[in-house]
Amino acid sequence: MSSLRKPGLRNRRAIPWGTVSVEPMERFRESVAEAVAGGWRVASLFGMPEEHDQTRLVAILADDAEGQLGVTSAVAGDRYPSLAMAVPQVHGFEREIAEQCGVVPEGHPWLKPLRRHPPDHLPPGRRVALPDREAYPFFQMAGEEVHEVAVGPVHAGIIEPGHFRFQAHGEQVLFLEIMLGYQHRGVEPLLERVGGDRERGVLVAESIAGDTVIGHAGAYCGAIEALARSRKTPRGQAVRGIALELERLANHIGDLGAIAADVAFQPAAAYLGRMRGDCLNLLMTLSGNRYGRGLVRPGGAAFDLTPAMAGEMRDRLQRLGEELDPVLALLFETASVQARLEGVGVVSRKACVEYGFVGPVARACELPRDVRHDHPWGIFRFAHIPVATAWAGDVLARALVRRVEIHRSLEFIVEQLGALPKGPARVNCGPLRPNEMAVAMVEGWRGEIVHVVITDDGGRVRRHKVTDPSFHNWTALALAMPGNEISDFPVCNKSFNLSYAGHDL
Amino acid sequence: MLTWLRTRLREGIRTIRFPGNGADFPERFRGRPAGSVDLGACLFSPEEGEYSRDYRMAASTRPALVVATGEIELARALDERTRKLFRRSLRLRSVVAGSCNGCEAELVALGNVVFDLARFGVQFVASPRHADGIVVTGAVNRNMRRALELTYEAVPPPKLVIAVGACAISGGPFSGSPEVGGGVGDVLPVDLWVPGCPPHPLTTLDGLLRLLGTIESKETITKPS
Repeated sequence: MSSLRKPGLRNRRAIPWGTVSVEPMERFRESVAEAVAGGWRVASLFGMPEEHDQTRLVAILADDAEGQLGVTSAVAGDRYPSLAMAVPQVHGFEREIAEQCGVVPEGHPWLKPLRRHPPDHLPPGRRVALPDREAYPFFQMAGEEVHEVAVGPVHAGIIEPGHFRFQAHGEQVLFLEIMLGYQHRGVEPLLERVGGDRERGVLVAESIAGDTVIGHAGAYCGAIEALARSRKTPRGQAVRGIALELERLANHIGDLGAIAADVAFQPAAAYLGRMRGDCLNLLMTLSGNRYGRGLVRPGGAAFDLTPAMAGEMRDRLQRLGEELDPVLALLFETASVQARLEGVGVVSRKACVEYGFVGPVARACELPRDVRHDHPWGIFRFAHIPVATAWAGDVLARALVRRVEIHRSLEFIVEQLGALPKGPARVNCGPLRPNEMAVAMVEGWRGEIVHVVITDDGGRVRRHKVTDPSFHNWTALALAMPGNEISDFPVCNKSFNLSYAGHDL
Repeated sequence: MLTWLRTRLREGIRTIRFPGNGADFPERFRGRPAGSVDLGACLFSPEEGEYSRDYRMAASTRPALVVATGEIELARALDERTRKLFRRSLRLRSVVAGSCNGCEAELVALGNVVFDLARFGVQFVASPRHADGIVVTGAVNRNMRRALELTYEAVPPPKLVIAVGACAISGGPFSGSPEVGGGVGDVLPVDLWVPGCPPHPLTTLDGLLRLLGTIESKETITKPS
């Protein structure tokens, strides 16, 4: 594991690209497997095209206990022996590498298209056959009374596109396969192309997942600022932290409302829907946009909190806290609601560890993963938010984690509003250093967001890798369904509320 | 039961009056741009220029969104016959085609107790067969184009197409990517264009009600206040 540790590589610290080890493929695979066996996590694994028809595979590993990051790499031609059987949490990354870079992980147990697009990170000069976007080999079960239910990509409500294929016996789900890629917009190549134009880049980053504007823009800026050695102002970091928690508040409240709606508990659904809007309106007061667009920019925050605004926000949040309590009590103490949430959609702690799930999904299995705590940055280095966990791993546990996090975020924001550091909210952010790599992580409301940026000789963006928490967690939904009834799918799905756009990029 | 009632009473009525005094926007709200701009391509970022707090900017044609003087011709009502059909009951199907989920979140918000879209007779339905039109969000990417066309075909005529958000109008922040097109207009005939990134729920509501003739189109030409 010693080859992984790089002095200075932490959340939002850049290191010279040249110091990243290039290991022989066999050794690279061992390094990753050993690290994972030793309790590390694969935060990202991606390919970067190089000269001579080769692709550099780069693994970013996280040591949550020590707050450290590790990195190692290897060179691959058009194929390499897959790691997924030994390290299941790389299964999605390897499918991604196969699709983006045309490098085949041989022996991968589930090597299907991930987003269904032509390779966009091929080494110069390489040609590959274009994939058929319509072709997808679904897993199928056979047998008397086994039937198949197909849902999507166009859904019954106002929901992002995705396709769910259930193998079912009567009402009971035996297997769920989730086919994504319908929201694919080509985000990574776009970020790489506009790399130098940060005004444009941050707008793309804000649109990776439109419900996680602050989260993704924060990770984007974190990487850019690390590569530019930009000064970070305490006030700018505090404003960003407040915005991130407002985003979490809005989404968690909205999710509990959506869960209530799915079990037909209308009063809580209506009240929580209204309160979600109140949080969005607070973001609008601050940034001019209900989702916080325009706020997070390289060098800090484009909008400052005026004293009047901070005071008003504090009053409104305190009132919100008082209004929330009885509604949440109503939701969680009504027996008919509990009965619909308990024991449904269970994810095991073992699966969380094995597949590397993040965010509230992991925390609902008593796995205290939280970037704010494990790899703190900005204001979270100074103001700690206790990590909320539950143990049952079911829909109720995921709801409970959100309930506690709502309170924690509320407390945090109110406290920060009363103790805003002085100074500017934003400083100038200079050009990027050449030949460096930075990893920026954020605990978005869905979990760990990772942006990795590598620069070339001229300080231009050579590779920009984005990993949304949903990238890991869609597998959790697929694992949670077997054994449940099809009719429980909506509430189970809501309890994860994963991003199609964040996954599909 | 008592707790339910108590909570209900405390919550009161949250639905805003519209059109009316409901549109109360904070000072920093970025509504219709003040200068000359293509509203369909504008991402409403602070860097792109100055903005008014006027939320009204939905239009009936794509050229109407290209504003030279800060004045805009807002959406016109449908012709008499179609309006009679849809005015009291308009059923829409949502198709998401290469978006970030921002516009969708605002469309969902339109249905909450604050905006309460249903009181105007507009409803999102679960099948194109039950719909009078589709609301398209997203830049119409390659992986959704076919599904969008199929959904449109499945809606019985006469049918409306409503393009919501910068992506659906022009490709938005993703324009230039080989995976997306230039919006819905390249694929389907569009009846209502709603700019924004994402459009505020009231921008969409205003556009819908103008289309249905619920909001009279007397003052279609307005200058940002």
